[in-house]
Amino acid sequence: MAEREEPRGPDPQIDAFSVDVRALLDRSVANLYSHLVTRPTGRAVRLAIEKQLEELDPPSLSLVDLSSVSVLDYSCADEVVAKLLIGQREAALGSFLVLRGVGAHHREPIEAVLERHDLAVVAETDPERFELLGSGSESERWVWTRLESQRRLPARELGGLARVAGASEALEALISRRLLFQDPLHGDVHALSTLIRVPD
Amino acid sequence: MKVVQLPHSLDYRGLDELFAVGEEIGDAKVLFDARRLRWIDPVGMIGILSLGKVVAERIGTRPALQLPEQGEVAGYLGRMGFAAAAGEIFEAEPPLPTRTASASDVLLEITPITRNHDVHAVVERVQDRAGTILSRSLHYPPTAVVQFSVILSEVCQNILEHAEAPGWVCAQTYNWKKRLGRPVLVIGVGDVGRGFQGSLAGEHSGRFGDRWGDSTALEAAFIHGLTRFPDQGRGQGIQQIRKQVRRWNGVIAIRSGSARIADVPDWEELPPLEDGLVRFPGSQITIVLPAATTENE
Repeated sequence: MAEREEPRGPDPQIDAFSVDVRALLDRSVANLYSHLVTRPTGRAVRLAIEKQLEELDPPSLSLVDLSSVSVLDYSCADEVVAKLLIGQREAALGSFLVLRGVGAHHREPIEAVLERHDLAVVAETDPERFELLGSGSESERWVWTRLESQRRLPARELGGLARVAGASEALEALISRRLLFQDPLHGDVHALSTLIRVPD
Repeated sequence: MKVVQLPHSLDYRGLDELFAVGEEIGDAKVLFDARRLRWIDPVGMIGILSLGKVVAERIGTRPALQLPEQGEVAGYLGRMGFAAAAGEIFEAEPPLPTRTASASDVLLEITPITRNHDVHAVVERVQDRAGTILSRSLHYPPTAVVQFSVILSEVCQNILEHAEAPGWVCAQTYNWKKRLGRPVLVIGVGDVGRGFQGSLAGEHSGRFGDRWGDSTALEAAFIHGLTRFPDQGRGQGIQQIRKQVRRWNGVIAIRSGSARIADVPDWEELPPLEDGLVRFPGSQITIVLPAATTENE
Protein backbone atom coordinates (compact mmCIF):
# COMPACT_ATOMS: atom_id res chain seq x y z
CA MET A 1 0.00 0.00 0.00
CA ALA A 2 1.38 3.39 -0.93
CA GLU A 3 2.21 5.59 2.00
CA ARG A 4 -0.10 8.56 2.21
CA GLU A 5 1.68 11.88 2.29
CA GLU A 6 0.95 13.89 5.40
CA PRO A 7 -0.47 17.32 4.71
CA ARG A 8 2.24 19.78 5.65
CA GLY A 9 1.73 23.00 7.55
CA PRO A 10 3.08 26.11 5.97
CA ASP A 11 6.84 26.57 6.17
CA PRO A 12 7.71 28.74 9.13
CA GLN A 13 8.74 32.28 8.26
CA ILE A 14 12.30 32.71 9.37
CA ASP A 15 15.00 35.14 8.35
CA ALA A 16 18.13 33.36 7.23
CA PHE A 17 21.47 35.01 7.06
CA SER A 18 24.66 33.52 5.70
CA VAL A 19 28.12 34.54 6.87
CA ASP A 20 31.17 33.46 4.93
CA VAL A 21 33.72 33.54 7.72
CA ARG A 22 36.68 33.80 5.39
CA ALA A 23 35.15 36.81 3.67
CA LEU A 24 34.32 38.33 7.03
CA LEU A 25 37.84 37.58 8.21
CA ASP A 26 39.14 39.51 5.23
CA ARG A 27 36.88 42.45 5.97
CA SER A 28 37.16 42.50 9.75
CA VAL A 29 40.85 42.00 10.20
CA ALA A 30 42.19 44.31 7.53
CA ASN A 31 42.50 41.67 4.84
CA LEU A 32 45.80 40.46 6.22
CA TYR A 33 45.01 37.01 7.45
CA SER A 34 43.75 33.92 5.76
CA HIS A 35 43.54 31.64 8.77
CA LEU A 36 41.20 31.73 11.71
CA VAL A 37 43.82 31.75 14.44
CA THR A 38 44.39 33.78 17.62
CA ARG A 39 41.85 35.07 20.07
CA PRO A 40 41.87 38.72 18.94
CA THR A 41 41.16 37.62 15.37
CA GLY A 42 38.34 35.37 16.52
CA ARG A 43 36.90 38.16 18.62
CA ALA A 44 36.95 40.58 15.68
CA VAL A 45 35.18 38.05 13.46
CA ARG A 46 32.57 37.24 16.12
CA LEU A 47 31.81 40.92 16.75
CA ALA A 48 31.37 41.43 13.02
CA ILE A 49 28.96 38.48 12.84
CA GLU A 50 27.03 39.69 15.88
CA LYS A 51 26.73 43.16 14.39
CA GLN A 52 25.17 41.73 11.26
CA LEU A 53 22.87 39.47 13.27
CA GLU A 54 21.55 42.41 15.25
CA GLU A 55 19.84 43.62 12.12
CA LEU A 56 17.65 40.52 11.86
CA ASP A 57 14.24 40.19 13.48
CA PRO A 58 13.68 36.99 15.43
CA PRO A 59 13.15 34.23 14.60
CA SER A 60 16.32 34.21 12.54
CA LEU A 61 18.79 31.61 11.38
CA SER A 62 22.43 32.37 10.82
CA LEU A 63 24.63 30.13 8.71
CA VAL A 64 28.27 30.49 9.61
CA ASP A 65 30.25 29.14 6.69
CA LEU A 66 33.72 27.79 7.45
CA SER A 67 34.31 26.14 4.11
CA SER A 68 37.07 28.60 3.12
CA VAL A 69 38.84 28.47 6.47
CA SER A 70 41.84 26.14 6.29
CA VAL A 71 43.22 26.57 9.81
CA LEU A 72 41.01 27.05 12.85
CA ASP A 73 42.71 27.02 16.23
CA TYR A 74 41.14 26.46 19.66
CA SER A 75 41.24 30.11 20.65
CA CYS A 76 39.40 31.15 17.52
CA ALA A 77 36.92 28.28 17.79
CA ASP A 78 36.19 29.45 21.32
CA GLU A 79 35.69 33.05 20.24
CA VAL A 80 33.77 32.44 17.04
CA VAL A 81 31.73 29.31 17.72
CA ALA A 82 31.35 28.96 21.50
CA LYS A 83 30.96 32.63 22.32
CA LEU A 84 28.57 33.15 19.41
CA LEU A 85 26.38 30.35 20.78
CA ILE A 86 26.61 31.72 24.32
CA GLY A 87 25.67 35.19 23.07
CA GLN A 88 22.80 33.73 21.10
CA ARG A 89 21.57 31.83 24.17
CA GLU A 90 21.61 35.03 26.22
CA ALA A 91 20.06 37.17 23.51
CA ALA A 92 16.48 37.37 22.32
CA LEU A 93 14.61 34.12 21.84
CA GLY A 94 14.34 32.82 18.36
CA SER A 95 17.81 33.14 16.90
CA PHE A 96 19.37 29.96 15.58
CA LEU A 97 22.81 29.09 14.33
CA VAL A 98 24.04 26.44 11.90
CA LEU A 99 27.67 25.90 10.95
CA ARG A 100 28.29 25.17 7.31
CA GLY A 101 31.34 23.78 5.53
CA VAL A 102 32.68 22.06 8.63
CA GLY A 103 35.57 19.88 7.48
CA ALA A 104 37.48 17.16 9.30
CA HIS A 105 40.17 19.71 10.21
CA HIS A 106 37.62 21.99 11.92
CA ARG A 107 35.94 19.33 13.98
CA GLU A 108 38.43 18.86 16.76
CA PRO A 109 38.71 22.50 17.86
CA ILE A 110 34.96 23.01 17.50
CA GLU A 111 34.06 19.89 19.47
CA ALA A 112 36.63 20.69 22.16
CA VAL A 113 35.25 24.16 22.83
CA LEU A 114 31.65 22.98 22.70
CA GLU A 115 32.35 20.24 25.25
CA ARG A 116 34.16 22.68 27.49
CA HIS A 117 31.17 25.05 27.56
CA ASP A 118 28.55 22.26 27.51
CA LEU A 119 27.23 23.53 24.19
CA ALA A 120 26.09 21.91 20.97
CA VAL A 121 25.60 23.13 17.43
CA VAL A 122 24.08 21.83 14.21
CA ALA A 123 26.77 21.55 11.55
CA GLU A 124 26.74 20.71 7.86
CA THR A 125 29.74 18.41 7.57
CA ASP A 126 29.20 17.39 3.96
CA PRO A 127 26.81 18.85 1.41
CA GLU A 128 23.29 18.16 2.70
CA ARG A 129 24.62 16.12 5.64
CA PHE A 130 24.00 17.64 9.05
CA GLU A 131 25.36 16.50 12.41
CA LEU A 132 24.91 17.51 16.00
CA LEU A 133 28.34 18.47 17.37
CA GLY A 134 29.16 19.04 21.02
CA SER A 135 27.57 18.00 24.25
CA GLY A 136 24.21 16.25 24.62
CA SER A 137 22.62 13.22 26.23
CA GLU A 138 22.02 9.96 24.40
CA SER A 139 18.29 10.77 24.33
CA GLU A 140 18.94 14.20 22.87
CA ARG A 141 21.11 12.72 20.15
CA TRP A 142 18.50 10.09 19.39
CA VAL A 143 15.67 12.62 19.12
CA TRP A 144 17.79 15.06 17.11
CA THR A 145 18.86 12.34 14.65
CA ARG A 146 15.27 11.23 14.23
CA LEU A 147 14.09 14.78 13.60
CA GLU A 148 16.98 15.43 11.22
CA SER A 149 16.11 12.38 9.11
CA GLN A 150 12.37 13.07 9.31
CA ARG A 151 13.01 16.82 8.82
CA ARG A 152 9.79 17.83 10.56
CA LEU A 153 7.60 16.44 13.30
CA PRO A 154 4.00 17.65 13.10
CA ALA A 155 2.50 18.86 16.37
CA ARG A 156 -0.03 16.06 16.43
CA GLU A 157 2.76 13.45 16.45
CA LEU A 158 4.54 14.83 19.46
CA GLY A 159 2.48 12.54 21.69
CA GLY A 160 3.83 9.50 19.87
CA LEU A 161 7.37 10.59 20.52
CA ALA A 162 6.55 11.06 24.20
CA ARG A 163 5.95 7.30 24.53
CA VAL A 164 9.70 6.73 24.16
CA ALA A 165 11.36 7.01 27.56
CA GLY A 166 13.17 10.33 27.95
CA ALA A 167 12.24 11.57 24.48
CA SER A 168 9.89 14.34 25.61
CA GLU A 169 12.48 15.82 27.92
CA ALA A 170 15.12 15.50 25.22
CA LEU A 171 12.88 17.26 22.70
CA GLU A 172 12.23 20.08 25.15
CA ALA A 173 15.94 20.40 25.81
CA LEU A 174 16.78 20.50 22.09
CA ILE A 175 14.17 23.17 21.46
CA SER A 176 15.35 25.26 24.38
CA ARG A 177 18.98 24.85 23.28
CA ARG A 178 17.88 26.03 19.83
CA LEU A 179 19.02 22.86 18.12
CA LEU A 180 15.50 22.33 16.79
CA PHE A 181 12.89 24.91 15.86
CA GLN A 182 9.30 24.74 17.07
CA ASP A 183 6.91 26.74 14.96
CA PRO A 184 5.14 29.03 17.45
CA LEU A 185 1.93 29.05 15.38
CA HIS A 186 1.45 25.39 14.53
CA GLY A 187 3.64 23.67 17.12
CA ASP A 188 5.44 21.59 14.47
CA VAL A 189 9.08 20.88 15.25
CA HIS A 190 11.62 21.37 12.45
CA ALA A 191 15.20 20.26 11.99
CA LEU A 192 17.28 23.41 11.48
CA SER A 193 18.54 22.04 8.18
CA THR A 194 15.04 22.41 6.74
CA LEU A 195 14.98 26.10 7.51
CA ILE A 196 17.96 27.06 5.44
CA ARG A 197 16.62 29.45 2.89
CA VAL A 198 19.21 31.98 1.95
CA PRO A 199 17.79 34.89 -0.04
CA ASP A 200 19.48 35.43 -3.39
CA MET B 1 85.28 41.84 30.70
CA LYS B 2 84.17 38.49 32.05
CA VAL B 3 84.40 35.65 29.54
CA VAL B 4 81.84 32.89 29.98
CA GLN B 5 82.08 29.61 28.09
CA LEU B 6 78.76 28.32 26.76
CA PRO B 7 78.15 24.57 26.67
CA HIS B 8 79.32 22.74 23.54
CA SER B 9 75.96 21.11 23.02
CA LEU B 10 72.76 23.07 23.47
CA ASP B 11 69.45 21.35 23.11
CA TYR B 12 66.38 21.13 25.31
CA ARG B 13 68.19 18.92 27.80
CA GLY B 14 70.96 21.48 28.14
CA LEU B 15 68.83 24.46 29.18
CA ASP B 16 69.60 24.08 32.89
CA GLU B 17 73.34 24.10 32.21
CA LEU B 18 72.93 27.16 29.98
CA PHE B 19 70.89 29.09 32.52
CA ALA B 20 73.37 28.17 35.26
CA VAL B 21 75.89 30.22 33.28
CA GLY B 22 73.80 33.29 34.07
CA GLU B 23 74.40 32.74 37.77
CA GLU B 24 78.16 33.28 37.27
CA ILE B 25 77.63 36.76 35.90
CA GLY B 26 77.67 39.81 38.12
CA ASP B 27 77.32 43.39 36.94
CA ALA B 28 80.43 43.49 34.74
CA LYS B 29 80.47 43.38 30.95
CA VAL B 30 80.41 39.87 29.64
CA LEU B 31 81.44 37.89 26.58
CA PHE B 32 79.65 34.63 25.84
CA ASP B 33 82.12 32.38 24.14
CA ALA B 34 80.31 29.84 21.99
CA ARG B 35 83.10 29.24 19.48
CA ARG B 36 83.24 25.57 20.43
CA LEU B 37 79.53 25.06 19.92
CA ARG B 38 79.03 21.72 18.18
CA TRP B 39 75.31 21.11 18.38
CA ILE B 40 72.31 23.39 18.89
CA ASP B 41 68.58 22.98 18.34
CA PRO B 42 65.70 25.53 18.39
CA VAL B 43 65.41 25.33 22.17
CA GLY B 44 69.14 25.98 22.56
CA MET B 45 69.05 28.95 20.17
CA ILE B 46 66.13 30.53 21.98
CA GLY B 47 67.88 29.73 25.26
CA ILE B 48 70.91 31.80 24.18
CA LEU B 49 68.67 34.68 23.14
CA SER B 50 66.83 34.53 26.46
CA LEU B 51 70.04 34.40 28.46
CA GLY B 52 71.43 37.36 26.50
CA LYS B 53 68.28 39.39 27.07
CA VAL B 54 68.27 38.72 30.82
CA VAL B 55 71.97 39.48 31.19
CA ALA B 56 71.66 42.67 29.08
CA GLU B 57 68.94 43.94 31.38
CA ARG B 58 71.00 43.06 34.44
CA ILE B 59 74.26 44.70 33.37
CA GLY B 60 72.67 47.57 31.45
CA THR B 61 74.55 46.90 28.24
CA ARG B 62 74.57 44.35 25.45
CA PRO B 63 76.70 41.31 26.19
CA ALA B 64 79.13 40.16 23.52
CA LEU B 65 78.71 36.85 21.73
CA GLN B 66 81.21 34.83 19.77
CA LEU B 67 79.96 31.96 17.66
CA PRO B 68 81.79 29.47 15.47
CA GLU B 69 82.93 31.42 12.41
CA GLN B 70 82.89 28.56 9.95
CA GLY B 71 81.68 25.04 9.57
CA GLU B 72 78.37 23.32 9.94
CA VAL B 73 77.16 25.09 13.05
CA ALA B 74 77.88 28.55 11.60
CA GLY B 75 76.06 27.66 8.39
CA TYR B 76 73.18 26.18 10.31
CA LEU B 77 72.81 29.25 12.55
CA GLY B 78 72.79 31.36 9.40
CA ARG B 79 70.02 29.30 7.85
CA MET B 80 67.97 29.44 11.04
CA GLY B 81 67.99 33.25 11.09
CA PHE B 82 69.80 33.40 14.40
CA ALA B 83 71.74 36.54 13.47
CA ALA B 84 68.69 38.73 13.01
CA ALA B 85 67.29 37.87 16.42
CA ALA B 86 70.64 37.86 18.21
CA GLY B 87 71.74 41.13 16.59
CA GLU B 88 69.21 43.00 18.70
CA ILE B 89 70.54 41.50 21.93
CA PHE B 90 74.28 40.91 21.54
CA GLU B 91 77.32 42.75 20.37
CA ALA B 92 78.87 40.34 17.93
CA GLU B 93 82.46 40.46 16.81
CA PRO B 94 83.04 38.98 14.29
CA PRO B 95 79.53 39.49 12.87
CA LEU B 96 77.05 36.67 13.35
CA PRO B 97 76.52 34.36 10.39
CA THR B 98 73.64 35.72 8.32
CA ARG B 99 70.95 33.85 6.48
CA THR B 100 71.99 32.11 3.31
CA ALA B 101 69.97 32.44 0.14
CA SER B 102 68.36 29.04 0.18
CA ALA B 103 66.61 28.10 3.37
CA SER B 104 64.17 25.63 1.90
CA ASP B 105 65.15 22.94 4.41
CA VAL B 106 64.26 25.17 7.36
CA LEU B 107 60.84 24.55 8.82
CA LEU B 108 60.57 27.76 10.82
CA GLU B 109 63.44 30.19 11.39
CA ILE B 110 63.74 31.99 14.71
CA THR B 111 60.73 34.28 14.68
CA PRO B 112 60.05 36.97 17.27
CA ILE B 113 56.56 36.91 18.73
CA THR B 114 55.52 40.33 19.94
CA ARG B 115 51.99 40.76 18.60
CA ASN B 116 49.02 38.96 17.16
CA HIS B 117 50.20 39.53 13.61
CA ASP B 118 53.36 37.49 14.29
CA VAL B 119 51.29 34.41 15.11
CA HIS B 120 49.45 34.73 11.81
CA ALA B 121 52.77 35.09 10.00
CA VAL B 122 54.06 31.90 11.65
CA VAL B 123 50.97 29.96 10.60
CA GLU B 124 51.19 31.29 7.04
CA ARG B 125 54.84 30.32 6.82
CA VAL B 126 54.47 26.78 8.10
CA GLN B 127 51.40 26.18 5.94
CA ASP B 128 53.62 26.81 2.95
CA ARG B 129 56.52 24.64 4.09
CA ALA B 130 55.42 22.14 6.67
CA GLY B 131 53.41 19.82 4.43
CA THR B 132 56.38 18.38 2.61
CA ILE B 133 58.58 18.18 5.70
CA LEU B 134 55.92 16.54 7.84
CA SER B 135 55.03 13.98 5.23
CA ARG B 136 58.51 13.20 3.85
CA SER B 137 60.60 13.39 7.01
CA LEU B 138 58.10 12.40 9.65
CA HIS B 139 55.67 10.33 7.56
CA TYR B 140 52.71 12.18 9.04
CA PRO B 141 49.41 12.21 7.13
CA PRO B 142 48.55 15.28 5.01
CA THR B 143 46.10 16.46 7.66
CA ALA B 144 48.96 16.86 10.15
CA VAL B 145 49.96 20.20 8.69
CA VAL B 146 46.80 21.82 10.05
CA GLN B 147 47.24 20.23 13.48
CA PHE B 148 50.86 21.33 13.48
CA SER B 149 49.84 24.91 12.62
CA VAL B 150 47.30 24.89 15.42
CA ILE B 151 49.96 23.74 17.90
CA LEU B 152 52.25 26.57 16.81
CA SER B 153 49.46 29.11 16.99
CA GLU B 154 48.50 28.09 20.51
CA VAL B 155 52.06 27.99 21.89
CA CYS B 156 52.83 31.40 20.39
CA GLN B 157 49.67 32.85 21.88
CA ASN B 158 50.87 31.61 25.23
CA ILE B 159 53.66 34.20 24.97
CA LEU B 160 51.31 37.04 24.07
CA GLU B 161 48.67 36.28 26.65
CA HIS B 162 50.74 35.26 29.65
CA ALA B 163 54.34 36.44 29.36
CA GLU B 164 53.70 40.14 28.88
CA ALA B 165 57.11 40.18 27.21
CA PRO B 166 58.37 39.35 23.75
CA GLY B 167 59.41 35.84 22.87
CA TRP B 168 60.57 33.65 20.03
CA VAL B 169 59.54 30.50 18.24
CA CYS B 170 61.60 28.19 16.04
CA ALA B 171 61.15 24.69 14.59
CA GLN B 172 63.33 22.28 12.68
CA THR B 173 63.64 18.60 11.91
CA TYR B 174 66.65 16.45 12.81
CA ASN B 175 67.64 12.90 12.26
CA TRP B 176 68.12 11.32 15.67
CA LYS B 177 69.67 8.20 14.22
CA LYS B 178 71.63 7.22 17.31
CA ARG B 179 69.25 8.41 19.93
CA LEU B 180 65.92 7.28 18.58
CA GLY B 181 66.63 5.71 15.24
CA ARG B 182 64.38 8.09 13.36
CA PRO B 183 63.86 11.79 12.55
CA VAL B 184 62.21 14.19 14.95
CA LEU B 185 60.75 17.66 14.73
CA VAL B 186 61.77 20.04 17.52
CA ILE B 187 59.77 23.16 18.35
CA GLY B 188 61.24 25.69 20.76
CA VAL B 189 59.24 28.57 22.20
CA GLY B 190 60.61 30.93 24.83
CA ASP B 191 60.17 34.28 26.48
CA VAL B 192 61.67 36.17 29.39
CA GLY B 193 58.37 37.38 30.80
CA ARG B 194 56.76 36.75 34.12
CA GLY B 195 56.44 32.99 33.83
CA PHE B 196 53.54 30.77 34.83
CA GLN B 197 53.79 31.58 38.50
CA GLY B 198 53.65 35.30 37.79
CA SER B 199 50.81 34.93 35.33
CA LEU B 200 48.61 32.84 37.60
CA ALA B 201 49.48 34.29 41.01
CA GLY B 202 46.76 36.94 41.18
CA GLU B 203 43.93 34.52 40.48
CA HIS B 204 45.12 31.24 41.95
CA SER B 205 47.92 31.56 44.50
CA GLY B 206 45.49 31.91 47.41
CA ARG B 207 44.00 28.48 47.05
CA PHE B 208 47.45 26.84 47.11
CA GLY B 209 48.65 28.68 50.22
CA ASP B 210 52.23 27.84 51.18
CA ARG B 211 52.49 25.30 48.37
CA TRP B 212 52.29 28.04 45.73
CA GLY B 213 55.39 28.21 43.56
CA ASP B 214 56.71 27.51 40.08
CA SER B 215 55.88 23.82 40.14
CA THR B 216 52.32 24.26 41.47
CA ALA B 217 51.72 27.01 38.91
CA LEU B 218 52.92 24.71 36.14
CA GLU B 219 50.73 21.88 37.40
CA ALA B 220 47.75 24.23 37.58
CA ALA B 221 48.16 25.30 33.95
CA PHE B 222 49.51 22.10 32.43
CA ILE B 223 47.34 19.54 34.16
CA HIS B 224 44.25 21.47 35.24
CA GLY B 225 44.08 24.06 32.44
CA LEU B 226 43.90 27.05 34.81
CA THR B 227 44.65 30.52 33.51
CA ARG B 228 44.52 33.99 34.99
CA PHE B 229 41.37 34.72 33.01
CA PRO B 230 37.99 33.97 34.59
CA ASP B 231 36.61 33.04 31.15
CA GLN B 232 35.79 29.33 31.03
CA GLY B 233 37.01 29.09 27.44
CA ARG B 234 40.58 29.93 28.36
CA GLY B 235 43.27 27.41 29.18
CA GLN B 236 42.41 24.97 26.42
CA GLY B 237 45.48 25.64 24.32
CA ILE B 238 47.98 23.73 26.41
CA GLN B 239 45.50 20.92 27.08
CA GLN B 240 44.84 20.43 23.39
CA ILE B 241 48.53 20.64 22.49
CA ARG B 242 49.26 17.93 25.07
CA LYS B 243 46.58 15.74 23.54
CA GLN B 244 47.96 16.13 20.04
CA VAL B 245 51.58 15.61 21.14
CA ARG B 246 50.57 12.41 22.95
CA ARG B 247 48.91 11.14 19.76
CA TRP B 248 52.18 11.63 17.90
CA ASN B 249 54.10 9.96 20.76
CA GLY B 250 56.03 13.17 21.38
CA VAL B 251 57.40 15.17 24.28
CA ILE B 252 56.09 18.44 25.60
CA ALA B 253 58.02 20.10 28.40
CA ILE B 254 57.56 23.52 29.96
CA ARG B 255 60.27 25.08 32.07
CA SER B 256 59.27 28.16 34.02
CA GLY B 257 61.04 29.84 36.92
CA SER B 258 62.76 27.01 38.77
CA ALA B 259 60.51 24.13 37.70
CA ARG B 260 59.79 21.97 34.69
CA ILE B 261 56.77 19.85 33.88
CA ALA B 262 56.58 17.38 31.02
CA ASP B 263 54.51 14.76 29.27
CA VAL B 264 57.00 12.13 28.24
CA PRO B 265 56.65 9.02 26.10
CA ASP B 266 58.59 5.87 26.92
CA TRP B 267 61.56 6.87 24.75
CA GLU B 268 62.32 10.03 26.77
CA GLU B 269 63.85 10.14 30.23
CA LEU B 270 62.78 13.59 31.41
CA PRO B 271 61.05 13.42 34.81
CA PRO B 272 57.39 14.48 34.70
CA LEU B 273 57.98 17.25 37.26
CA GLU B 274 61.17 18.88 38.52
CA ASP B 275 61.59 21.65 41.05
CA GLY B 276 64.61 23.48 42.44
CA LEU B 277 66.21 24.11 39.03
CA VAL B 278 68.27 27.21 38.38
CA ARG B 279 65.78 30.08 38.45
CA PHE B 280 65.29 31.80 35.10
CA PRO B 281 62.64 34.32 34.02
CA GLY B 282 59.80 33.50 31.64
CA SER B 283 58.89 30.18 30.14
CA GLN B 284 60.59 27.80 27.75
CA ILE B 285 58.41 25.31 25.91
CA THR B 286 59.89 22.31 24.12
CA ILE B 287 57.93 20.03 21.82
CA VAL B 288 59.61 17.03 20.20
CA LEU B 289 57.62 15.07 17.63
CA PRO B 290 59.18 11.83 16.38
CA ALA B 291 58.61 10.39 12.93
CA ALA B 292 55.60 8.13 12.73
CA THR B 293 56.10 4.42 13.07
CA THR B 294 53.61 1.82 11.96
CA GLU B 295 52.23 1.87 15.52
CA ASN B 296 51.18 5.53 15.52
CA GLU B 297 50.74 6.18 11.82
